[in-house]
Order: sequence, then structure tokens, then C-alpha cells
Amino acid sequence: MEKFTTLSGVAAPMPLVNIDTDMIIPKQFLKTIQRTGLGKNLFDEMRYGADGTEIPEFVLNQPAYRKAEILIAGDNFGCGSSREHAPWALLDFGIRCVISTSFADIFYNNCFKNGILPITLPREQIDILMEDARKGENARIEIDLESQTVTSADGQSFHFEIDPFRKHCLLNGLDDIALTLEKVSAIDAFESREAQSRPWV
Amino acid sequence: MTAPKTLYDKIWDAHLVHEADDGTCLLYIDRHLVHEVTSPQAFEGLRMAGRKVRAPDKTIAVPDHNVPTTPDRLQGIKNPESRIQVEALDRNAREFGVHYYPVDDVRQGIVHIVGPEQGWTLPGMTVVCGDSHTATHGAFGALAHGIGTSEVEHVLATQTLIQKKSKNMKVEITGSLPPGVTAKDITLSVIGRTGTAGGTGYVIEYCGQAIRELSMEGRMTVCNMAIEGGARAGLIAPDEKTFDYVKGRPHAPKAAQWEAALAWWKTLKSDDDAHWDKIITIAAEDIAPVVTWGTSPEDVLPISGAVPAPESFSGGKVEAVRRALDYMGLTPGQKLTEIEIDTVFIGSCTNGRIEDLRAAAAILKGHKIRDGLRAMVVPGSGLVRAQAEEEGLAQIFIDAGFEWRLAGCSMCLAMNPDQLSPGERCAATSNRNFEGRQGRGGRTHLMSPAMAAAAAITGRLTDVRELMREPA
Ligand code: SF4
Repeated sequence: MEKFTTLSGVAAPMPLVNIDTDMIIPKQFLKTIQRTGLGKNLFDEMRYGADGTEIPEFVLNQPAYRKAEILIAGDNFGCGSSREHAPWALLDFGIRCVISTSFADIFYNNCFKNGILPITLPREQIDILMEDARKGENARIEIDLESQTVTSADGQSFHFEIDPFRKHCLLNGLDDIALTLEKVSAIDAFESREAQSRPWV
Repeated sequence: MTAPKTLYDKIWDAHLVHEADDGTCLLYIDRHLVHEVTSPQAFEGLRMAGRKVRAPDKTIAVPDHNVPTTPDRLQGIKNPESRIQVEALDRNAREFGVHYYPVDDVRQGIVHIVGPEQGWTLPGMTVVCGDSHTATHGAFGALAHGIGTSEVEHVLATQTLIQKKSKNMKVEITGSLPPGVTAKDITLSVIGRTGTAGGTGYVIEYCGQAIRELSMEGRMTVCNMAIEGGARAGLIAPDEKTFDYVKGRPHAPKAAQWEAALAWWKTLKSDDDAHWDKIITIAAEDIAPVVTWGTSPEDVLPISGAVPAPESFSGGKVEAVRRALDYMGLTPGQKLTEIEIDTVFIGSCTNGRIEDLRAAAAILKGHKIRDGLRAMVVPGSGLVRAQAEEEGLAQIFIDAGFEWRLAGCSMCLAMNPDQLSPGERCAATSNRNFEGRQGRGGRTHLMSPAMAAAAAITGRLTDVRELMREPA
């Protein structure tokens, strides 16, 4: 997993609430057996017409946002299915950070496994960043994970909260499985206890 | 004295392998269910790292999302990408030695129906699957939730999951449900009340008389949609109904082990003075048969209602409703019972169990579906299908004009040939009405099996109570 330390990039505004994982990556693209290559189908049904041509009004089709690395999104971003294809598609497109007032639980988890930073901020701050994002390429937003800050184009800085363990893993690009396997003796011990107390499992 | 605990607290504590100073926990996983869509990258990850499946005996795989539901599927899946995914699961299941129910096995079906049916899901267990509707298994008093593919790989490799504890929410449904009102109406009404983010950060325990009175099938329907309310999981404390359902299933404990298990299971309930972070109480008598009108499961109204105006909402929801009505082709003020449908879909892990088919067949018996309508029933598993045939339900559906399909996810999500075309309007017993969920441009109204059967007869959204006859 790629480390996440700092990011300075263009942010695309997506104020719609309840953007679900079917919108982020529709089911017909879940048939891949790989993690990569989904970027071109990110937001597919919002981004392309039925004939496959781009819908010019869609934010990521506008020249200013074609290389966006940050999304400023409406409430409850990522609700719906557990598909990790959603963060894979975001990442493949080049999005490394999503900022919203709230995220759906599984999507939020999945971001961290893929080096994407989901940031939760209060409504007033989201409103400011949303306005900022509307300015397109002229407004780069800065994110510093170490100090847990988001800085808008005109220099306003907002602090965000993040779980220390997740922060540590993102900053260092750590693989969860390797970390857990360091505790394999605890897992072994649990299993032998369970074999006694709940043998039917 | 230990502090009073909720059911969630008890299951959590029984599975704690390790807790770090910052509260990050390693939780042991008793059952890992696997399907073809969210697992290929996880198995590939194992292979690349030279890792094994730690507990293949606790891992159960079944293809469901991609499989066609027509008999010709046994000659091979035509769509090449779907075929590759199912073949990858075949190969991975065999290579890593996990339990497997292939397409041609009568026990094959939707993973959340197969798990309980085979006795893999038991009270007090931790159950995960790379699928958000894993919440279904909570009906047994198991802590069950969806995970992403990286976590699937993590569970395959370590049989544990890195977790932080959620908060406790109690949803109590008091009193008894009125006639014509079902488990689906309970779960949709709860989401209508709390919103799709109302459960975020919580594990919900459903309780109260109306929940106690539900069958296991009904309880699974309720827990299935906990995720639509944003909760990590839904739970119902096990009772005699649970034990009766489990007893004798192929993988349920037997003899002395059954007795030992039962003794523990009986302790699995929230203590009277347990702490709840949030409590919601709904009177069953206030719940009506409901349908969804929009593109979010929270867009719920009683069937007697009318399509709302975007301006009656606030914040970002105004724009979302405007978009939803445009997508759904509806106008504010239109009565829900005037909405005409093209298609009826009865099935999915929400409502593809035997009781659901019985409820729909009871309404359909002696009726025909409206001319020109497309209607299909997709049993949740091969065994549900066989039982429905034995009980004569299949014939009722066929006589009414329904297609009688093989088991799979089918039209719940458009990953297999069963799809809506643009603008096609469907009365569906599944769980998601998102844009494009059942096919690009498809319009979904969620409801109970009985309500879907009623809609099939009249060709429009219908209050099933109008069609319910006096018992003979
Ligand atoms: S039936 Fe629908 S919700 Fe259930 S597992 Fe299949 S696709 Fe998911």
C-alpha cells in the first residue's frame, strides 16, 4: 500500500448526499478479478451517457477536475455495498482523499486498506471547502496527515480527527496482515482455549 | 460483579484475541462466508504472499451474484466475465480447501441463505463475508457484518479482523403486527425513521414483542437491512425459535455438544440494566405496509401515501429528492397506488426464503398476473426451491404467470442476465433501490413479498390488505 503523508491537489465538489457505492462503481464493473483498471469507470453512469460519450456537466468531465485528487462530498458518502471496488476505482482515477461530513462504515474502512484518506469535518467547514473546490484548478487544497490538517486555498486550516492506529498504518503504508501475523501466538492461544470451551464452532 | 452487558458486548468479549492500548482490537472470526465477486483479489493476494487459508474448515464459499437463474446455466455461463469470476471461485475453493457449494449443487444459493440453512450460522458466533448483507445472520444472535476485499484476505490469512467496537442501539418494536404487515415493513419503517445514516457507528439489537413473534425467516429479513440503516450489524437475541431452527441442520452441533452449546446460547441476551447509546421504540400497530418511492432505502412511505415534494425536505436532501423523482419518473402529489409497474421480482437474501414464497403464493393463489407484466420468483437456494415445489407453491406461481427460476441473487443486482431495461419499473422484494441497481435506468420500488404479489395482480403498487381474503 502506498504511504499517505501530505497531499496538495485540486478538489472536485460533489455536494449530492448519499452517494452510494453503486454510483461510485456500478455492478457491471465488479466482474474484474483485479484491483486495477477501474478508474475509467468511476461514477460511470453519472459520467457517461448510454452511448458511452462523456456527460459534459459531470464534475470529473470538466477540464478543471479531470486530474482531481480530492473529493469534497455530501453527507453519508459511500453508503451501500461492501465492494472494495469503490475505493479501487477512486484510487485508480487518482483520488487519494475524500472529505465529507460523514461516511458509511464499510466504505470508510475500505479506504484505509488502499491508502485513501477519508476525512470527516463539520458541516460549516465542508461548506467552505465546497466553495473552494468550485473554484477549480485555482484552488488547491492541502492535506497534512501528520498534523491532521486540511488547508483551504486561502489559507484557512481545519483540524480533523483520525484513529491513531489507522493514521500510523497510512503514514507508513503498512500491510494489516503482516501486522496481525505478529500476534499469531495470541491467535493460537485463543484457538486452543476455544477448542475446549466451544468445541462446536 | 461484572458490569451489565448487551448481547453485542457479550459476543464481542467472547471473541477478543487482543486489545491494543488505543482500543484497536483483534477479533476472532468463527465463520467466513465467501462469494465470487469480492474474493478473487483476496485469494490472489494470499497466493502472491505465499500464505494459506488459516481455517479452511470455517470458510464456506458459494457463487451467487453472477450465476444465471435459467436452467441452461448448467451448460456453462455465457457471459465471459461472469464465467471467469465463478471459475476463479471454483479454483480458489478447491486449491485452498474451503467448503464449497458449486452451481450444480442443490444446496447452492445466496450466501446469506445457504449459511443459516446448512447450520453454519449459529448463535453467539462472529460471522463475516465480503458482502454488506452479512447482517442477515444477526437474526441468530450472531455478530455478523460485511467486510471489504482487503479484510476478506485478512480473515483468510489470520481468521481475525482488526476492529474498533461500535456503540449499542436498541430498536424495540412493541405489540403485535397488524394483518398484512410483515418483517419487511418493520425493517423499511425503521430505516424510514432513522435514515440511511442513522445507524452509522452502531450495532443494533432488535427486540420487543413483534420481533419475538417473527419466525426466523422474518428475523433474517429484519437484520438483513440493518446495513441499509447504516448500522454495522443487526442482532436479535436467540430463543426457542432460534434453537428449533438450528437443531438438526447439517453443521449444527449434535448430542453432548448440542447440550453444551445450548447452555451457552441461553445466556446470550442483553442484561436488563445494560447501557444503550441510543434507543428507538416503535409500536407495531403504527406500522403499515410500506413501499419506497425514491432511490434511497430511507425514501419509504405507507402505501396509502403520495409522492413527496422535494421542497418538503431540507439540506442536501432537497437536491437528492429532485434527482430521485426525475430518475424514478414520478411527480409530487401522485398517489403511490397509482404508480404502474412493468415487472415484479420476488427473491434476494432479504425475501428469498420459504416463508416469503408462502406469503406471496397465498396472495397469488387463484389469480393471474396483470397482462403484459414480467414477473419472476427466484428462490434463495436450491433447497428453498425444492421445498416450494414440494409444497405446491411453485405451481401457484407458474399458474399465475410467474417465471420459476433457479437460485441466485438474480435481479437484486444487475450482475447476471436478470436486469431491468432503462425506464422499466419494478416491484421488488430486494433491499436496494439505488439508481441503476437492477439495471441501468431501472426503477425499483422495495416492498414485502405479499405487497409484490399484490402489485403483480393489479399491475400497480397496491395495498395488499385490499386483496387479503377471509380465511376459509
Ligand atoms: S441477493 Fe442481493 S443483496 Fe443479497 S447478497 Fe445477493 S446481491 Fe447482495
